[in-house]
Amino acid sequence: MAIENRIIYKHIDVEGWNASLEKYMSDGGYEVLAETVKRDRAELCAEMEKSKLKGRGGAGFPTGMKWKFLDRKSGKPIYLVCNADESEPGTCKDRLIIYQDPHTLIEGIMCAAYAVNAAQAFIYIRGEYINGYRILINAIEEAKAKGFVGKNVCGSDYSCEITVCRGAGCYVCGEETGLISSLAGERAYPRIKPPYFPAVMGLYDCPTVVNNVETLCWVPKVFKLGGDAVSKIGTPLDPGTHIWGVSGQVQKPGRYEIETGSCTLGELLYDLCGGPLAGRRFKAVIPGGSSMKILKWDEKFIIKNPDGSEIERRVEDIPLDAVSFQQCGTAIGSCGIIVMDNTVDMPEALANLSAFYAHESCGQCTPCREGTMWMSRLTKRIASGGGRIEDVDLLKSVADNICGRTICALGEGAAWPVQSNVAKFREEYLQKISSQIAQGGEARVDNNAYRLI
Amino acid sequence: METQKVKVNINGVDYMVEAGLNILEACKSVGVEIPFFCYHPSLKVAGSCRMCLIQMGTPARDRATGEPVLDENGVQKIAWMPKPVIACGTNVSEGMHIITDNEMVKDCRRGVLEFLLLNHPLDCPICDKAGECKLQEYTHVYGQEQSRYVEDKNVKRKKRPLGSKIMVDAERCIQCSRCIRFCKEYIGRSIMGFTKRGSKVEIGFYDDADNESNYLLNIVDGCPVGALTEKEFRFKMRTWFLKTSESICGESSAGVNTRVWSREGKIYRITPRQNALVNDMFMSDTGRYTFKKYEQNRLEQAKIDSTPCETEYAILRACDIANIGDIAIVANAWQTVEEMYLLKDLSKTCNIEVFMASHVAEDDNKLVSADRTPNMRGALTTGLVDEYPTATVEKLVQKVRNGEVKTIICFGEDLLEIGFDAKDLKNVNIVYCGTVENETSKQAKICIPLKTEFEKDGMWINRQFRLQRFVKAVDAPSGAVSDICLISEVLKKIGNQNFTTPSVNDIRVLMSQKIPMFAGCEKIGSMGMLLDGSNFANIDFPEEDAINFKKCK
Repeated sequence: MAIENRIIYKHIDVEGWNASLEKYMSDGGYEVLAETVKRDRAELCAEMEKSKLKGRGGAGFPTGMKWKFLDRKSGKPIYLVCNADESEPGTCKDRLIIYQDPHTLIEGIMCAAYAVNAAQAFIYIRGEYINGYRILINAIEEAKAKGFVGKNVCGSDYSCEITVCRGAGCYVCGEETGLISSLAGERAYPRIKPPYFPAVMGLYDCPTVVNNVETLCWVPKVFKLGGDAVSKIGTPLDPGTHIWGVSGQVQKPGRYEIETGSCTLGELLYDLCGGPLAGRRFKAVIPGGSSMKILKWDEKFIIKNPDGSEIERRVEDIPLDAVSFQQCGTAIGSCGIIVMDNTVDMPEALANLSAFYAHESCGQCTPCREGTMWMSRLTKRIASGGGRIEDVDLLKSVADNICGRTICALGEGAAWPVQSNVAKFREEYLQKISSQIAQGGEARVDNNAYRLI
Repeated sequence: METQKVKVNINGVDYMVEAGLNILEACKSVGVEIPFFCYHPSLKVAGSCRMCLIQMGTPARDRATGEPVLDENGVQKIAWMPKPVIACGTNVSEGMHIITDNEMVKDCRRGVLEFLLLNHPLDCPICDKAGECKLQEYTHVYGQEQSRYVEDKNVKRKKRPLGSKIMVDAERCIQCSRCIRFCKEYIGRSIMGFTKRGSKVEIGFYDDADNESNYLLNIVDGCPVGALTEKEFRFKMRTWFLKTSESICGESSAGVNTRVWSREGKIYRITPRQNALVNDMFMSDTGRYTFKKYEQNRLEQAKIDSTPCETEYAILRACDIANIGDIAIVANAWQTVEEMYLLKDLSKTCNIEVFMASHVAEDDNKLVSADRTPNMRGALTTGLVDEYPTATVEKLVQKVRNGEVKTIICFGEDLLEIGFDAKDLKNVNIVYCGTVENETSKQAKICIPLKTEFEKDGMWINRQFRLQRFVKAVDAPSGAVSDICLISEVLKKIGNQNFTTPSVNDIRVLMSQKIPMFAGCEKIGSMGMLLDGSNFANIDFPEEDAINFKKCK
């Protein structure tokens, strides 16, 4: 039986809770920060590394490692950026923290800022979260008045301000180097690595650490409990909890914070989310925000155990942790599960997704700029009945030409859904196309294919 | 200084290449071509076109111990990168393995080209860039024959003027951002930029902003496709009909390396030629139009008292006048080093004093220097003048007024502009030898048409004391003679009767032997030869610090 373990979401949706500092203080708020600023920085960073906590933004890079890579000898100021540009379709976990529990985030930011000795912290918040922006500004003012933010944090000699910056509505701003460009006032173009590794040449060409909202909320927990203790929560390779944002065709969509590996995908969807809508069957699941590879509900995977034995695993048996999803050829990304049932027309769903990527491609590098547009027009044409049999292979070929050849991960993010969709639902595509041709629908070029995006 | 070398393996062959180079330059240095669009050696790396993707691996090292990992035969194992990397943004390192020609790399190139052509209008037949278009060239080499794209193409703005010199076609643009980076990094202003997103990204600029710069045409050279075209050159000539000649810009003492594009005796355009030690790959817009000054008011025929005559006859008459004595020569700094050397010979043999005027204007600290003549240092090094001439020729004016000089052989200068007044000119015989008509030529007793820098071979010395050669691009009008020919004739007639007219190369060899600092000057290559200018260190040259140039203090 799946149960929630609310660590980060401790205060979310709790009756009588609000975003005020008063409430937060009543539950031991900022106590960890007050302790943290008395501790040794190297020790704090070591704790973070010991926790083996992975970044919660989507890439899953170990946070302690990220801090370790910071160029501390350059003599330049170090910046801490909180990535609150939550724009991945299907992901909505950070929003609740910002709206209902901003001080958890602020304490996390201040703890992290102290640990990496940041000269200035930034929160880059998604432009559409206008209320979240106001809440954060308000919360920072409150915290500042009490000395938790700004000059001489908690009476120590460490000072750090938090600046909140709104994005202008662009998906690639969620990519850390794109975010840095945007924050610096440039076009939100992701940067090439090398040389622009944020840890060395980030914001204003200074060493910068960019962490997700949820990741930063973990920082005080790690500092309080110790890295070892946190690493023991959940599975050893992916410790902690994940906040699963379940959307789509289930009885009870919502966010569920679950200890890693403590339950399976099936348990989450059936027990916590109440299973499929009445009279329907699950057909497919996108596990981690729309960019991750789709899972067909009835597919099976052969998993190799460390001892060499093999086991067969159904989709509903996949434990909820990063490694298990990787073994099944996909990834948890930002934990935004999108559920599709048997009423969903896969070509249409893919056309919807592809239109998103075509709209959100920044247009910097060739494969993504042109490829996403091409995939969008292709899928749109197939979905609207103008497909040709050869379009299915063409679609895959276009996705292959994008994947791995772009500056940032948006290339993969756009190509993976297409590749996996076409591979796993190939029959459905071919069937749709041939039935339309059989009905006399002539394969045609849809002139309006791109007009919607 | 010895440059450090590293060993890299390119397509299975080991090479020693310069350390610190990016893979693209390193491969180029050993003759392996990697195609690219957005990379530009003088601009920051953008890494956005993805055309230069290659496969790269570095020697594998054990993560824990840092020891090299060897395979079963004891050979260093290579840790190949899982994804292709951009050659322009990755520097070479010791032991690096690079593959530029396997199926995966070819597939990357094919894919990128196909993507680039999706929304490209494919209007090569009416595009001025055709024939020198990177997209066209690479499509032929690396692309696929047919497009698989059946959807509609994007529509963008076409035929939009940028400033007064450039026409922009946003549909042809492949978003390499070279023009944007050039404006930002070289001109220092963000004239251009991108608007919109995804495949609708469009190159743009503000119509009502100040879009003028004397270096803006460099973005036309930099544009790998026909998105930016020069209004002056648009629809004038297909590039493959044009012949190119290596030349040097005569606009100023910067000595910009250029390429002159001509056909059937007509020059169509001048573009910069790469010389990392002088002008990188750029030149000023005004420098591109230096050939235009010869298109009007060209002195094409010899004249005596404004009556046209044969050039030989005019030279004979000039010598007659010169034989009377009391002559002075006004040379100019557009004359080549060889001509100056010969002129010096003439002045020494016949004891004629040589005067020069300087042409100084504002220095832009880039590629148009304060000294608006290309070869003032040539006059100094050949000994034609002893000191840096002032703007005017005051001494000569005094001599004319005192009646000490009765004849002036004037090379190209307009005497009225350099210190004489109209009355003075009435009191002397003027032998005007030049390329264009001016006020002096109108009052001259004898006019002898000369060849322009585009019509002869020669060498100039720029502000760095770099000796650079240029070659003839087009034929001169039938009446025009070269300065060397003219000076030799005069020498023969009034000085040394045994003198034979030397060729340009004869003079170079002679200079190489006679003047130590010119040793080897007959063999200089296209990069030029830096001379030792320390003897002239005490001269206060008017040029200011600029790109690749430091004023010597």
